[in-house]
Amino acid sequence: MARATTTRASEAADATGSRKSDNTNDPIAALLSPEGALTTEGERIAAVADETLRDLYRWMVISRRLDTEGLNLQRQGELGLWGPYTGHEAAQVGAACAMASTDWIFPYYRDFAMAVCRGIDPGAILTIFRGLTHGAWNPYDYRFGPFIIPVGTQIPHAVGFAMGCALDGEPVATLVGFGEGATSTGDWHEAMNFAGVFHAPVVFLCENNQWAISVPMREQVGGRVADRAAGYGFPGVQVDGADVLTVYAVVKAAAERARNGGGPYLVEALTYRVGPHTTSDDPTRYRTKDDEAVWRAEAHDPLARCAQRLRERGAWDDEFARNVEAEAEERAAVMRRTLLAATPDHPGAVFDLVFANPPATLMQEKAEFVAALESVDETAGTEGTR
Amino acid sequence: MSATSTTPSTATEPTTSQGTMQLTLGKALNLALHDALRDDPRALIFGEDVGRLGGVFRVTDGLQQEFGARRVFDTPLAESTIAGICVGLAIKGFHPVAEMQFDAFSYPSFQQVTSNLAKYHTRTGGACNMSVVIRIPYGGAIGAIEQHSESPETYYIHTAGLKVVTPATPADAYALLTAAIRDPDPVIFLEPKARYWQRQDVSFPLDPLPLDKARIAREGTDATLIAYGPTVQTALAAAETAAGEGTSLEVVDLRSLAPLDMETLTTSVRKTHRAVVLHEAPVFMGLGAEIAARLMRDLFDTLAAPVERIGAASTPYPPSRVEKLFLPDVDRVLEAVDRSLAY
Repeated sequence: MARATTTRASEAADATGSRKSDNTNDPIAALLSPEGALTTEGERIAAVADETLRDLYRWMVISRRLDTEGLNLQRQGELGLWGPYTGHEAAQVGAACAMASTDWIFPYYRDFAMAVCRGIDPGAILTIFRGLTHGAWNPYDYRFGPFIIPVGTQIPHAVGFAMGCALDGEPVATLVGFGEGATSTGDWHEAMNFAGVFHAPVVFLCENNQWAISVPMREQVGGRVADRAAGYGFPGVQVDGADVLTVYAVVKAAAERARNGGGPYLVEALTYRVGPHTTSDDPTRYRTKDDEAVWRAEAHDPLARCAQRLRERGAWDDEFARNVEAEAEERAAVMRRTLLAATPDHPGAVFDLVFANPPATLMQEKAEFVAALESVDETAGTEGTR
Repeated sequence: MSATSTTPSTATEPTTSQGTMQLTLGKALNLALHDALRDDPRALIFGEDVGRLGGVFRVTDGLQQEFGARRVFDTPLAESTIAGICVGLAIKGFHPVAEMQFDAFSYPSFQQVTSNLAKYHTRTGGACNMSVVIRIPYGGAIGAIEQHSESPETYYIHTAGLKVVTPATPADAYALLTAAIRDPDPVIFLEPKARYWQRQDVSFPLDPLPLDKARIAREGTDATLIAYGPTVQTALAAAETAAGEGTSLEVVDLRSLAPLDMETLTTSVRKTHRAVVLHEAPVFMGLGAEIAARLMRDLFDTLAAPVERIGAASTPYPPSRVEKLFLPDVDRVLEAVDRSLAY
């Protein structure tokens, strides 16, 4: 089958209906060392250009700076909440940049860097965290779904979308992001199974940051996430999630495989949530600073790791690094300005977004709501009227 | 494995809507699905056992054979993801019509329906339309266990972002389902499973119905019976009996549970001054409570008696040998009418 298709795996089954797992001789897994990093040979096959790697570095520096700015904005009272993603840069930037512009991404709520790589205005995204809106971008404009908060529930959406692409005969891959906590949900298992049964062109990206709020990976995941893919009839690999080159190369290959009718693929990027779950969280209650220090060290820092790879390739120079830092500063400043300049919609607009074809009763309710607001406005300042 | 060898013959049943046909409610639904697949290339039908088998109630009978397994397909047994893929397919521009096999089997999909399907239009700033129909056979009186007999409508009508409709007749089944599939928003389509075999002559072509309007099923002057889905026939039977006793009862069939067509209700009750709401769902926090509250607000000076409510007890759905004692029936309706008239 040359293209993605919803033809079920069972159509290729033998007469008894049994089916062989197709995760043997996985050429993607063959690129990796036992530690989940690209081998020298894997790097040669992946053939990622120096300029591409420099761009991945650039997006990671920008992402980290925006994360810091998001945290600052929350601490300054400008955001209701912030979910830091420092430590995830390689996984998010590597995966987002590996997808073709015609591919789709369905993120989880921490995939801010993915959204930025897709071209969504970071200041606009922050309006969600400021409580101005629930939806800050049009998914069709960026082929990027909304942040979904109920854990794991975006995964069936991605599989359904991918099934739709296959039905339409379009060579489009769909990536879905989630943490390792999501792999405990029923929706994750159901969606993995649907993907296997319908041979959906979807790439599952587990950003295993080892913490689901306060619960560590060892208390969350029985076995390895990557190994579970075999149970659903497709391959999975665990990769070094701090190495952007590896994530990029593996996701790119998995997406291409999906586009070419190869079916689903699971990438488990082993990373670390260096910060708290959100600004409402207090990691000192469940882990030590020493625990975090290990993962803040250069060996696990996506930016340091990428800089090292660039130096090894002779693709690093100080001017490049300075320019990237300067661009990140500028983008952070623009993000802050955009956020602070954003104005809320009229509260009555909430009614307009419920349905595409709203019933008259809802519009009547809106009219009553707006009239009540206006009546309050008129009496504002006149004390004791009630 | 042949896809057709085990399929029951449908040769004796009409497969295309034309002229005047005597149809069961189930067959009318089948024809609506058939015509949607024929007329709308983006329509898809899927769920558990809807393909080769044609559904446990045969509502999708013959559709996979005619339209193929790409458009009518069986899914793994996983209601949450059946609803979840509806969201993704709708983003891709499909019009999914998913079947939940039984009322209580829709509960695993509850998170997808309430947290995502109902909110996706909002969460995407109005960019993504969720043109999705979730079909759910509901209600009791089929001699089955509790999870095959429930009336979960309150869960759905209590969630903003969903339209909830239920037909009471074969003609309405066709016209409401057609409208639901054409609508750009998520519709919970509740099918009164005990009425699947109810017959009616239906004339085609049949226009789709609005998704927000009730109908007067029978005109009357002394009191208004407010019913929907499976209880409309009960209300009509009660009105017939009452007519023999000299009492004229009007019957309103809600058709739409969310939104609620209060205009039709208030017009009727303004005339009759009395109202009895009946549903199979529990009385406590049932739709009757909302209707009673609204009638009291809108017609406080007009009502001649408190609004009566008939529905299930605050128990799990009872064993089938005693279910008839728990379901609204003609006697319970007429007793409520008597209380109202005697007030």
